[in-house]
Amino acid sequence: MSVLVYTESENGKFKKAAFEAASYAKGIAKQLGIETFAISFNAENANDLGTYGVEKAFNLSNENFSKFNAEAYAEVIAEVAKAQDAKVIVLSQSANAKYLAPLLAVHLEAGYASNVVELPNTENGFVVKRTAFTNKAFNETAITTDAKIIGVSSNAYGLHEAETDIQVEDYQTNVVLSEAGVQVQSVDKNKDKVSIADAEIVISGGRGLKGPENWHLVEDLAETLGAATACSKPVSDMGWRPHSEHVGQTGKPVASNLYIAIGISGAIQHLAGINASKVKVVINNDAEAPFFKAADYGIVGDAFEVIPKLTEKLKEFKANNA
Amino acid sequence: MKILVCISHVPDTTSKINFTDNDTKFDTNGVQFVINPNDEFGLTRAMWFKEKQGASVDVVTVGSKETEPTIRKALAIGADQAIRVDTEPKDGFQVAKELAKVAKDGNYDLIIAGRESIDYNGGMVPGMLAKLIGANFINTCVSLEIEGDKATAIREIDGGKETLTSSLPLVIGGQKGLVEESDLKIPNMRGIMMARKKPLNVVEPVADGLSTEAKKFSKPAPKGDVKLVDAENIDELIDLLHNEAKAI
Ligand SMILES: Cc1cc2nc3c(=O)[nH]c(=O)nc-3n(C[C@H](O)[C@H](O)[C@H](O)COP(=O)(O)OP(=O)(O)OC[C@H]3O[C@@H](n4cnc5c(N)ncnc54)[C@H](O)[C@@H]3O)c2cc1C
Ligand SMILES: Nc1ncnc2c1ncn2[C@@H]1O[C@H](COP(=O)(O)O)[C@@H](O)[C@H]1O
Repeated sequence: MSVLVYTESENGKFKKAAFEAASYAKGIAKQLGIETFAISFNAENANDLGTYGVEKAFNLSNENFSKFNAEAYAEVIAEVAKAQDAKVIVLSQSANAKYLAPLLAVHLEAGYASNVVELPNTENGFVVKRTAFTNKAFNETAITTDAKIIGVSSNAYGLHEAETDIQVEDYQTNVVLSEAGVQVQSVDKNKDKVSIADAEIVISGGRGLKGPENWHLVEDLAETLGAATACSKPVSDMGWRPHSEHVGQTGKPVASNLYIAIGISGAIQHLAGINASKVKVVINNDAEAPFFKAADYGIVGDAFEVIPKLTEKLKEFKANNA
Repeated sequence: MKILVCISHVPDTTSKINFTDNDTKFDTNGVQFVINPNDEFGLTRAMWFKEKQGASVDVVTVGSKETEPTIRKALAIGADQAIRVDTEPKDGFQVAKELAKVAKDGNYDLIIAGRESIDYNGGMVPGMLAKLIGANFINTCVSLEIEGDKATAIREIDGGKETLTSSLPLVIGGQKGLVEESDLKIPNMRGIMMARKKPLNVVEPVADGLSTEAKKFSKPAPKGDVKLVDAENIDELIDLLHNEAKAI
C-alpha cells in the first residue's frame, strides 16, 4: 500500500505546488504508516522530492510526453497507482492537475475531493475538509471508495520538509498516445510574468483606477514584489485588462500569501474568489468600502498618491533586505 | 450537429450561505437559484452554433423538481428540449454517471458543461462524463469553433493559453470567454412563452452508490478588525507586512 503524488514540472523543473502536494502526501502516508511514491514526467531532478519525504519517484523520461496531455497523463498515473497499490492519490490544483484528476478518478473508480485544505481525518473512515460555495464555507467530505483522490488547494498545507533517502526509477510506460485524442497545437505562455496560480503575491486593480492607462501603477508595484497582476470583473469586462486576469467567484481563484487590492470595492463575488489568500491589504479612498471588513490591513487614501509611494518605499525595502 | 448543455442549478452569487439540520444541509431559505454562470456562457455558445451553423440544443440537469424553473430558463433562452434526471445530486461521480446515460442515449456530437459549479466547486463532472462515454475532453475552455467533425479550442493554463484540436464527440468544461459577457442571452417574453410548450422530459436515475459523502459544513472564522495605516505612513504598512504578517 502507498500514497502516490503527481508532482508537476514545467520545462523539467518542479513547481512549488508539486512540493506542497508531496508534503501533503507524506503527511497522509505518516498517518497511515505507508510509503510515499511520486510520479513525474520529464523531471530533471526527481531527487529533489526526497526533501519532502518521497521515498520513491517514478520519472517518465519520454519525448512523447513532453507536452501535457490530460488523457495520457491520467492513464500513466493510473498505471503506476495500480502497480504500486496506491490507495490515496494526491494532486495540486493547478490547471493541469484539475484537468486530469476527474479522468484519473474514472480510471481508478476513485472518489475525488477537490480544494482540500487540511490533512484527512482517518480515525473513523476518511474525511477531508474542503472549501465549498467558493470559499464562503467549508465542507467535511467522506471519501468512501477504496482508492481516493485528493486535490490540495494551493498554499493551504504549505511546504513541510522531511529529508528522505529517495530512490528514482526511470519509468517505462505501456501507455501510447492516442491519435484520435486531443492534440495541443500551440502554447502561448507569458514567460516574463508570474501567473496568478503560481504567485506568492497578487496585486489586483479595480474600477477605482479609472482606466487602462493607469495600470502602470499596478504593474510597477507587482514588478517590485515579483507579484502577479489581477483585476476585478468589470475591469476585464470593459477590456481594460485581459479576461485571464479576472479574479473572483466567476473568474480565477486566488490563494496567494498576500493579496493587495487597489480601488476594488469588495463585492461579495470578488471576495469569494480571493478569500483563500492568507493576508489581504486594501487601498481605497472610501473608508466605507466593504473590502475593509474582509482585509487584514488597509489604507484609506487615493490610489494615485498611495501606490507610487508604496512602490518607492518597497524598492528601498527590497534593496535593504536583499 | 447535436449539442447537449449540462446545467447545474446553483445559488445566485449574492446568496448568503447558511446551513440547517445541524450544519449538514445548505439552507435554501430565501435563496435565489440560477443557471451556473459557467454553464450560461456554454449555453450561449451552443445557441450561436444553432443559429450560425445549424445544430439542435438539448439541456440536461440532474436534480429534483425544484430545478425546473432553472431548466425552463434555459429553454426560454432557446434550447430545443430539456431533460431532467430525477434525483438529488449528491456527488460529482454520481452526477457524471447520470449524465453519461443521457449522453449515450442522445448520441451527441458536442457536450458543453462548465469548468465548475459555483456551489460545491467540484470541477469534476465534465471530465468524468467524458471518460465514462469515451469522448475527448477539454477543460477551462475559453473559445470553441467546430468545423465538420473537428473542434478547435483554446483553454486557459496557468499563466497563458493553449490552442488544441480534437475530433468529436467532445466534452468541454467551459467558462467566461466562450462568449462575451455582453452577448449572454437573457430570456425575452416570446422565449418564455415558447419555453412552456417545449418538452421537458423527466427520466429516472440509473447510477448506483456514491463515492463521496458531504458531511458537516462550517463557515470560515470571523475576521479580526482591519488594521488601518495612515496614508502618510507607508513605512508602517511595510513593517507590518514584513514583521507581523511575514508576507514580504
Ligand atoms: C453573477 C455575478 C458574478 C460576478 N463575479 C465577479 C467576480 O468573479 N469578480 C469580481 O471582481 N466581480 C464579480 N462581480 C461583480 C461585483 O459584483 C462587483 O460589481 C465588482 O467586483 C466591482 O468591481 P470594482 O470593485 O472594481 O468596482 P467598483 O465597485 O466600482 O469599486 C471601485 C472602488 O474603487 C474605489 N476608488 C475610486 N477611486 C479611487 C481612488 N482614486 N483611489 C482608491 N480607490 C478608489 C471606490 O471607492 C470603490 O470602492 C460579479 C457580479 C455578478 C452579478
Ligand atoms: N446536477 C447537475 N446537472 C447537470 N449538470 C451538472 C450538474 N452538476 C454539475 N454539472 C455540470 O458540470 C459542471 C461542473 O460541475 P462540478 O464538477 O460540480 O463543479 C457544471 O458547470 C455543469 O455543466
